[in-house]
Amino acid sequence: MPLSPIQPREEQPVAPGPRGVRLPLDPVLALAVLGLSLCSVFTLRQATRNLVPGNPSYYVDRQIVYLAVGVVLMVVLARIDYARLRQFKNGIYAALLLSILAVLGLGHAARGSTRAISFAFFSFQASELGKVLLIVSLAAFVVERSRALRARDTTARVMIGALVPAMFVIAQPDLGSGMVYMVVAYVLLFVAGASWRHLGALAALVVVSGAFVLVAAPAAGVNVLKPYQVARLTAFLHPSSNPQKEGYQQQESKIAIGAGQKTGRGANASQIPNGFVPESQTDFIFAAVGEQYGFAGAGLVLLLYALLIWRALGILVASKDLFGSLLAAGVVGMLMFQVFVNVGMTIGIMPITGVTLPLMSYGGSSVITTLLAIGLLQSVYVQARASALLKGRVLRH
Amino acid sequence: MSAIERIKPSEPRVPVAPSLALRVAILGGIATVFFGVIFFRLWYLQILTGEQYVHQADVNRVRDLPIPAPRGQILDREGRTIVSSRTTNAVQVVPSALPPVGARRDALYRRLGALLQMSPHRIATLVQQGRTAVRYAPVTIRTDAGPGVLTVLAERADEFPGVTQQPVSIRAYPFGGIAAQVLGHVDQISEPELKLKAFRGVHPGTVVGQEGLEYYYDRYLRGQTGVQRVEVNAAGEPVPHALAPTPPVAGHSLKLTVDLALEKESEKALLEGIEHARGGGKPADAGAFVALDPRNGRVLAIGSYPGFDPNSFAKPLTKSEYAALLGGGSTVGRLTDRAVAGEYPTGSTFKPITAMAALENGVVSPGEGLGGGQCIVVGGEQFCNAGHADYGSVGLVEALKVSSDTYFFEVGRRANSHGGVIQRMAHELGVGQQTGIDLPSELEGVVPDAAWRAKQNRIELECEHRRHVHSCGIVSEVRPWSVGDDMHLAVGQGDLLTDPLQMAVAYSTLANAYTNGGEGTVVRPHLGAEIDEANGGLVQSLSAPPVRHVHLNYEDLSLVMQGIHEAASQPGGTSADVWSGWDQTQHPVFGKTGTAEHLGKEDQSWYMCYIADPQRPIVIAVTVEQGGFGAETAAPIARLMASQWFGKPKKFVSGTSKTF
Repeated sequence: MPLSPIQPREEQPVAPGPRGVRLPLDPVLALAVLGLSLCSVFTLRQATRNLVPGNPSYYVDRQIVYLAVGVVLMVVLARIDYARLRQFKNGIYAALLLSILAVLGLGHAARGSTRAISFAFFSFQASELGKVLLIVSLAAFVVERSRALRARDTTARVMIGALVPAMFVIAQPDLGSGMVYMVVAYVLLFVAGASWRHLGALAALVVVSGAFVLVAAPAAGVNVLKPYQVARLTAFLHPSSNPQKEGYQQQESKIAIGAGQKTGRGANASQIPNGFVPESQTDFIFAAVGEQYGFAGAGLVLLLYALLIWRALGILVASKDLFGSLLAAGVVGMLMFQVFVNVGMTIGIMPITGVTLPLMSYGGSSVITTLLAIGLLQSVYVQARASALLKGRVLRH
Repeated sequence: MSAIERIKPSEPRVPVAPSLALRVAILGGIATVFFGVIFFRLWYLQILTGEQYVHQADVNRVRDLPIPAPRGQILDREGRTIVSSRTTNAVQVVPSALPPVGARRDALYRRLGALLQMSPHRIATLVQQGRTAVRYAPVTIRTDAGPGVLTVLAERADEFPGVTQQPVSIRAYPFGGIAAQVLGHVDQISEPELKLKAFRGVHPGTVVGQEGLEYYYDRYLRGQTGVQRVEVNAAGEPVPHALAPTPPVAGHSLKLTVDLALEKESEKALLEGIEHARGGGKPADAGAFVALDPRNGRVLAIGSYPGFDPNSFAKPLTKSEYAALLGGGSTVGRLTDRAVAGEYPTGSTFKPITAMAALENGVVSPGEGLGGGQCIVVGGEQFCNAGHADYGSVGLVEALKVSSDTYFFEVGRRANSHGGVIQRMAHELGVGQQTGIDLPSELEGVVPDAAWRAKQNRIELECEHRRHVHSCGIVSEVRPWSVGDDMHLAVGQGDLLTDPLQMAVAYSTLANAYTNGGEGTVVRPHLGAEIDEANGGLVQSLSAPPVRHVHLNYEDLSLVMQGIHEAASQPGGTSADVWSGWDQTQHPVFGKTGTAEHLGKEDQSWYMCYIADPQRPIVIAVTVEQGGFGAETAAPIARLMASQWFGKPKKFVSGTSKTF
């Protein structure tokens, strides 16, 4: 009886695709990436024109550079056989931990939290890149444990493997990324075929610990999260109770989106250009989309994300091996969580957790990380196609 | 499931394990549910309730800043400008553009204070008050700073962050302090005023009338504040964006009954009289005049000394500056309009009223000779003529002509047994009650009688009892109404308190009854003639219907008028020498001098006259506090006013009559 729904097949690298045959990237995925990039640029151009006095295109120019760099990295990654990454899993995991610890050690404070290391030209948020590193290393670890996927040990190790960096990241404090790590691990286990009992227990644990962190521990005088994090997490439950503080951003975001109506306010937009929604270029960019382009624009962006996730699930299934499937699963988990939590936060049905909207939010770390993740997906797709073609050719002979 | 099925069928593929298919399907299902929730939520926010959020967004971004309306002009009866508005640059502070609270802002306030000669504390207070009154609007610190200051501010703008200049419309008084108390002044509406009914619908920060005509006719003059819609960002800073303003509506002009030339000449004459009195060693520290058209109560001129420069209200006054204007203690208040709020005894100018009362009620018969001797003694008290003169036993006309006090003391003594006949006549003619003039601060005055005396006694006793003191000073001694009180009243002394305007109304009643066979009207004096558009078109005429009609016996009235005409025209008349050279046939003068005595002070000079004319009759009331005898100071002022009114050569002729 197979332990995993995915049959462990040949573990050695498959024969490379036939030389000289071009292996195109998944066109739908590429289209979704292109579409979202364009949406990001157009939205930012309008939303950030007043942010830097005298330089209305400050954010757009940089975002275009980030997107370009990210696309190049994506294509490069797509050309690499992802299977080679498996052997570096310990190194990758170590790099993940080291970069996060480095940030804690020497990172600089950005808006009260230490998330980024400044390089000469830009600063990089280790916790963002860490998402991809974690996906790769955890997927490789799960593959290694493929014979014992239903074992409690595997579940525990995978979760702990995510929990350790997550704790450091939350300590930065970057609650959003920490949650992404945990979700990635959970989705990996879920797709890999972990026991339903374990998965159910983990879900229950989340509920109980959430209640503990938000209600019981503060009541007992122990603050696991910083007070502002608790306030942000719970503000959406009672938006009008404190509209000047935690609820303010979300309330203004809702006003911005609602005021967009069917087709958006265009040049009439005021909520975003006049700065009523803080962080509208990063975490709250969906509010900018909603105000400027209305239901039509917001719907288009959501459709592009649906396309992205649908294709990612397709690649997950089409992968030629477990490692590829798990990579895809991790990316799917990351994308789904970020899209739903971020969009939900801007429309007032999710707490404010500080996760970015993949590809749309301004910021090099987020954009490049997302494109690297999609690069992984493309690599899985390319390898799956190559392997299928090879087999098809063999069969035809 | 779709995600799995959509893999290209042409591509060969490994079969998908059923359990993986299930788990991927669950993931796809979760995604579908989440997308569904988000879509419906967006549908709800943007399509179903979008309108409401558009409104909220507009509330966020739009601030309505008031655009002050140009205030209406005040014109004289010929349409000559008395008060206008002019545009000047006000120094304003934009609170949101100030340096942060702390040392930098304090330093800015100090620099600005040194430049504007204001204390930094006062600037801080103004900014604080202003930003609570109208949020986001600049706060005016100084209205009329002068070109030098404005140049400094313009050239060194970087040293004064948040300080701007804004053209504002302020009141301009081309004739300086002319009729200052009557015109009143303007100022930004105060917090308590906003709650008043008179200022309903007025925006905070609007400039409204604070006194006088500016206050009384404010609703016509102030116009309608316009609105500049300003788009602001989250910090409340304006964002350049074209939003259509609602332009302000200029205030209407107020055309007065006042004759500017007469007003100017009257003020000049009052000053001349005061200087003359001072030359004679009298303090003459205050005075007032009124000129009425006796037919309808139109105020032709009105004024009060000392006045003030209304331009001083253009910049915000400090408390001490305002207190100085208000007066108190030994300083004479400059804001008080003595013409309508003076509260004086009138001296002998009251005698025609006493005479009318006596004749109408049969207290005396016109030919009956009374008042021989220097003094009369009643109840052990001596009542004497001024300078102990002895006019002999005289009839009523002669008594008015020479102003015999002994005659009128005798009338008062007799009147005492007829009930309050003098008081009734005074009230009937318009003394001791508000005249109904269109000014906010008119006083009622007092024509004392037995009931009034009893009431004052009661108040005094209650006060003494409550405060455990010997005297509250409400009455000098607690005693019942006596014959002496009536005798004092008969000569315009005692507890009588009235003002030039009420006396002018009483004389107007006598005058218009005299020209009308005894059928008179108590006129309602008024300054407002009509409300005009800013460009001149008539909006509405202001009517001032008479207060009431009175019937006076024409024969009695004729005798009284004869008496005061002789006083002003015949040798031996108290003001005859003042009117020497005046054409009495063309413009007969009916005039009465008065000298009101005040304990411990120089006498108050009074003069009342009516000058007949078919087209432009006039009643003039003049008084000068501590100005000496009526003929000496007040009467010559009245003559100067009359000369101006009738276009005669002006001559200050001080009378020699030393009568009360």
